[in-house]
Amino acid sequence: MIEVENLTRFYGPTAAIQDVSFRVDQGQIVGFLGPNGAGKTTTLRILSGYLPATSGTARVAGFDVFKESLAVRRRLGYLPENVPLYPEMRVRTYLDFVAEVKGVPRPERQRRVAAAMERCRVDDVANHLIGSLSRGYRQRVGIAQAILHDPEVILLDEPTVGLDPKQIIEIRQLITELAGQRTVILSTHILPEVEMVCQRVIIINQGKIVAMDTPENLKAKIRTSARVLLQVDGPAVAVREYLERVPGVHRVEERSERADGRIRYLVECAPDRDLRRDLAAAVVRQGWGLSELRPADVMLEEVFIRLVTDESAH
Amino acid sequence: MNVLAIFKREVRTYFTSPIAYALLTIFAVICGFMFTSILTQFQRASFQSAMNPAMAQGMNATEWVVRPLLRNVAVILLFLMPIVTMRLFAEERKMGTLELLFTFPIRDVELLAGKFLAALAIFLVMLALPLVNILMLAGLGPLEWPAIGVAFAGLMLLGMTFLAIGLFCSALTENQIVAAVLTFGAALFFWIIDWSADSAGGTLGQVLSHLSIIRHFDSFQRGVIESKDLIFYLNFTIFGLFLTMRAVESHRWKG
Repeated sequence: MIEVENLTRFYGPTAAIQDVSFRVDQGQIVGFLGPNGAGKTTTLRILSGYLPATSGTARVAGFDVFKESLAVRRRLGYLPENVPLYPEMRVRTYLDFVAEVKGVPRPERQRRVAAAMERCRVDDVANHLIGSLSRGYRQRVGIAQAILHDPEVILLDEPTVGLDPKQIIEIRQLITELAGQRTVILSTHILPEVEMVCQRVIIINQGKIVAMDTPENLKAKIRTSARVLLQVDGPAVAVREYLERVPGVHRVEERSERADGRIRYLVECAPDRDLRRDLAAAVVRQGWGLSELRPADVMLEEVFIRLVTDESAH
Repeated sequence: MNVLAIFKREVRTYFTSPIAYALLTIFAVICGFMFTSILTQFQRASFQSAMNPAMAQGMNATEWVVRPLLRNVAVILLFLMPIVTMRLFAEERKMGTLELLFTFPIRDVELLAGKFLAALAIFLVMLALPLVNILMLAGLGPLEWPAIGVAFAGLMLLGMTFLAIGLFCSALTENQIVAAVLTFGAALFFWIIDWSADSAGGTLGQVLSHLSIIRHFDSFQRGVIESKDLIFYLNFTIFGLFLTMRAVESHRWKG
């Protein structure tokens, strides 16, 4: 559905993105992940037909975004990061206007506008001025605008930025509902968001793609060992040395302490063995108190930070 | 229809903001004031000519009232037209809505046409105000309607050049005030450009005098359509809109 090849964009002498290539299949929700200034917005702007690339090609639904821009724009809905709307217009009038510009035929217009408003749950503010709406509502009007003409591809630039936790959950739910037949690309720098919403992640840093996979695979890639987190009440050095002697344990790491003054130990062991029973038995045998024991999962944060810092180290 | 959608939104915006009302009110007041002043002078001259029949030769309301009024209207337009066009692109750029418009399936030329036609519509509403004054005059005696029609056509063409300059300036900046000041400066410059024509002399002098946007109004004001003046106004407008297109396109490249 989306094919990007060697896309490069310069702003003056600096490259915002360099040699970016990726593919997105129909019906996927893809997360574009990266720190601020990584080139997420630039890539989305090129895909949306707003910004021409310096070199490279991008195709949406089989059409070149630069040479067949109008054909692409007819099949694409886009919401820029700052949600640009006309504050002096009412929600319904605004969506009517967008539908007309986007070429929705007159007999269908009213129905489409009503459907988009219902879908994005803005029908209760249909006659309000956009300028008087809360940030969460404006975001949803922005999404309603993007889906009005029933596009095959939806691009959302940081759709949850600046929202409160409840609104964030609502927007994520809305994005998940929108998918299905449609292809969605959303950019974000919030990692849990990607894990919750996206089937695939493209991690971009300093204008280059550093990783591209499902969230699970990315986590699996850096998980070379199983990890268990323990909290033990006992003499720190002795506990650590004792745990290291348990068969199957590769390494024990002391985790620095929080307000409660307790020490947690991160135990790395062979990935195919579950040492939780052995570890518990060992601690109890020594007469120490075991107050916590749980498997420590790899967070996408760690994948991300590892990839991003590796890249900047060059 | 894309152009129509843009046109309707722009016209609606003029009237949802106070801009159109402020413009129309000021324009109506000033036109009315000028009309009254000129009419009073005409009245005094008519009384005098009653004593002196030689003076009454060639005294008619079209010559003495309508023409000076419309000449003055042209000057007011120089001041007010920058306000009509200043927000058209500058505001959308500042708010970021232009970025979104650029991703809608609409050609840049359709966007420009919609905005130009909306500004032209507001301008035509403005022009209706001096027409009301003239209709009041028509109740008092015969007027040369064809000549008045030609003069109004001239005003419309002159106004279109202001609109073209204004759209271009609005596309250059995201600050509406800057857009208005640039428009006024450029329009004034093209108004007085022929002042240097005499000293420049020769071909350059002719070119400079030909570029003056008000000199081409003279024939229309007299009630005569000269094709060179008509062509000048149309060329000027089309060239201004062409430059606006270029300026709008350049946003995309700069991002």
